[in-house]
This record gives sequence, C-alpha cells and structure tokens, in this order.
Amino acid sequence: MKNLSKLQQILDSGQFAVTAEIGPPKHSSAEGIRHHAEMMRDYVDATNITDNQTAIVRLSSIAAGVHVLNCGIEPIVQMTCRDRNRIAMQSDLMGAYSLGMRNVLCLSGDHQKFGNHPTSKNVYDIDSMQLIYYLRRMRDEKLFFSGEEIKEHEPRFFIGAVANPFADPFEFRVDRLEKKVEAGAQFIQTQCIFDMERFERFMEMVRERGIDERVHILAGVTPMKSWRAAKYIQNNVSGMIVPDELVERLKNAEDPKREGVDICIEQIKYIKENVRGVHGVHVMAIAWEEVVPEIVERSGLYPRPKVG
Amino acid sequence: MIVAQQKPVEDIAQMIADCKKVLFVGCAGCVTVCLAGGEKETEVLASAMRIKRNLENNPLEATTFTCTRQCDPEYIVPLDNLVKDVDAIVSLACGVGVQYLAERFKDKWVVPALDTKFIGGSVTHGNWEEKCGLCGDCILHRTGGICPIIRCSKSILNGPCGGSQYGKCEVSKDVDCAWQLIYDRMKALGKLDKLMEFQPPKDWSKSRDGGPRKAIREDVMID
Repeated sequence: MKNLSKLQQILDSGQFAVTAEIGPPKHSSAEGIRHHAEMMRDYVDATNITDNQTAIVRLSSIAAGVHVLNCGIEPIVQMTCRDRNRIAMQSDLMGAYSLGMRNVLCLSGDHQKFGNHPTSKNVYDIDSMQLIYYLRRMRDEKLFFSGEEIKEHEPRFFIGAVANPFADPFEFRVDRLEKKVEAGAQFIQTQCIFDMERFERFMEMVRERGIDERVHILAGVTPMKSWRAAKYIQNNVSGMIVPDELVERLKNAEDPKREGVDICIEQIKYIKENVRGVHGVHVMAIAWEEVVPEIVERSGLYPRPKVG
Repeated sequence: MIVAQQKPVEDIAQMIADCKKVLFVGCAGCVTVCLAGGEKETEVLASAMRIKRNLENNPLEATTFTCTRQCDPEYIVPLDNLVKDVDAIVSLACGVGVQYLAERFKDKWVVPALDTKFIGGSVTHGNWEEKCGLCGDCILHRTGGICPIIRCSKSILNGPCGGSQYGKCEVSKDVDCAWQLIYDRMKALGKLDKLMEFQPPKDWSKSRDGGPRKAIREDVMID
C-alpha cells in the first residue's frame, strides 16, 4: 500500500494543485459518487469527501472515500468534531488509513441546528486545532491522543485544515491559521472566495508572517448557478461575503450558469497569476460536480501532473 | 444561580390528572430569584390547578408549602407532616429538589413543575443568560473571563470557528460569538499573545461525562 499522498507529492514539488469536492448522497447507493469520481479523475489531484455536510445525514465520508479510491482518485477525508468524540475519531481515522486513505481535513463542522437533525446532541469533545495537533503527534510520535504508545502501524496522514478569511474577527483569522500550522496542518483549504479584495488582504498578512512558506494554501472557489444562489449565500450563509457586483453580474447575464462558470475560471486565473503564496485551488462545485472538468480545463490547469 | 422555567400549566395538570389531593412545594432558593418556583409562583400554580379542575368538575385539593431550599435535607423535614395523605407532590424546585423529595418520600408520586435550564445570571429584569457550563475545570483565566465551553456553540477552546461574523454566532444573530468577545477583551487587555497558546483538549472526566460528581469538604463535616 502506498504511503505518500499524491496531493502531498504534488504540493511539495511546488506544482499548483487542484482539488475538488464530492458530497456523498442522502442514501446508501454509491452510484453517484462513482459517477462523479470517474468524471473528475483526470482533472483533479484529490477530492474532498464531505462529512455530513451542513449537519445533514449522508453516506459516510470514509465509505465514500473507498468508492472514490476504487475509481482511481485520491480522497481527502473530512472529519468534523461535531459528530464524534476522540475515541471514535481515532478509530475511524485508523480505519480510513487501513483502507488506503492518506489525506485528512480537520474541521469543527457546521452546527447541527442547520441540518436535518436539529434536536440532536452534538459532541465537540475536541476542537479542530486539537484534532490537527494530535493527528500530527499520532504520526510523528506514534502516540494515541491520550499519550499511549501506538506499537505499530501508526496512521501517517497528510493533514489538512480550513481557513476562513471572510469570518470575524478578521485579524485573528491569520493568527488562527498560524496556530493551525503550528499545530501541524500541512495544507489549508480556504472558504469559498467571492470577495477577492479581502482574500488578497488576508494573503498579504499571511505572506508578511511567512506562513505561506510553512503550509500549502489552496484557495477555495465555487461556481454559482444563479443570482439567487449568490444572494442566498450573501444573506444566509454565515462566514461568507458575496459582493453585490457579483450578484448583479449574474443577474444581468443572458446565461447565468455560463456566467457562473466564467466567473469561477476568472477567479482561478487571477489567483494563480496574482496572489502570491497560493499553492493550489480547491473547487467546491456544490451539487454541480459535472462542471469541474470544464473549469479545470479552461483555467489552464489540465492535464494534471503525474506522480509516482 | 440555577435558572428554571415553569412547564406549561397543561403539562403539569396532565401529571396529576388522576390525583385528588396534591401538595405543591416551592423553593426559596434560585428558583425564587428567577421567578419560577418561589412562594408566589407556588400559590399561583396551586390556584390555577384548583380553578382548572373546578371547571372540569373534578375538584382538586391543593395545599402549598415553600421550603427554604429543597436541596438540603433539613429543609424538607417539615414536609413529613404535610405529605401524609396527599396523592402527589409537585415540586417547584430545580431537578435537585424534585429528586430530594422523591428520595425522602419514597411512597409518593413526585413530579416536576419546572424545567431546569442552566446556570446563569440576570441581564435585565426578566432576562437570564447562561454563563457557566459546569465543566468542573475552570479556564476563565485563559479566555478573558468569558466561558467558551458554554458560550461558544461548539465549545471550541482554540476558536473562533469559521461561522463567526459581525460578532455573532452562526447559530443565531441573537447569539454573541464568544470568541469575538474573548478576542476583543484580550485585545483590550493587551494579552492577544495568550490566544496563540495551544489549548489542549478538555478533561471531560471532571464534567458530567465522568458520572455524577461529588464535592467533599472534610473541614466542615460534623460526623
């Protein structure tokens, strides 16, 4: 079984990485996952498998990871702190590693209030920072979270985390990113960027502190299908900023879906050429996975590099 | 203090629907302060039940008593003489009081009239807020006197999460982001560097997850 993550090899070799996202379904068939994975296979280096995204019960991220892996794509298993305590997390992540998964993305997770089980009891036993820290220690020092020794076969994950330059308090976002890097995060995927100016300010602060030299930052982008979708995100999704100009541009477009894709491609090109310190792009085509190959190709990111 | 709220009258009535004689027991402790189960509320509730049952042609004999505290054995001793011939006891204390009554009066049907909500304080008259998560291992010295265990919806110790915007929590625009408050306060105190320290996972064995907790003070024990 191969030990090194392909995503890590690409990023460590200084190449611009492309990741995308596959949201597992609200049922127990893997057909759709496999369809999306096959379609994306040659266009992305790895794909996130969301973990009960927006607190809605979905097919397990680790099980979905197996299907994706079987289709020849490297999964990035998302692990939220909302649903599992530290015992379940370690158990599931060792299980994921045994199944061939090499990337993990640590995040706190949306509050259950937003999902389809708002009366459930959340866990939040540990937070995302602690998850990063202890996964790194698991790998580098062969210790369970408790400090007990892992006698053999410690999971050796490529550890990722998220950063949201659009949440508040803004100045603390860079501190928190640095704290995650100190804890052991090796790659960072950002929240969807719509407000480029704020993202550039964020990256300026990141570069000033040299954080971009210690971690691989992948800029998150999302193609939007309509002005209503943009407006919805603007008004209802916490921690996101959508400028009015973007809503207007989609509103005035003859073919809003085309325009949404065009905007996304422009953003990728802009980030790649102008925003120093960004090492890749993370395409979150939420419930629109089909459009990923086109975005990657037209952004000039195809073909993807081949690694060992 | 412990903040509690009275259950809907209909729900309380349901619990004692088949009783003829009921003792309503108030508590002069926390629930008096939060206007949920003190002497006044106990009298009002007993009256409400009497009226409701009269209207239903099923009269209820409702008596009342308010203990100094229901969470101390000596204060519930006076009930010994009052509970003898009642069919049920309705406690207007927090969950502790209900359990103390049930423990002492083993042959009686003891029911709660309140929902015990949280430990908090008053903001303005009639407005209480949760402030403490009863975690058993206080970290307020590290977070500028603001508790992230209970005031952050995700209990993040190294927060804030990505849902914090304009000082509010992702859960509701009416909920302050605890980490925004912590950040602002630490900044004002010139202690932002403290927030860069990695906070290790919580030892939840000191909290509810370790089973029921005990506190012992041998210096004040009599026997």
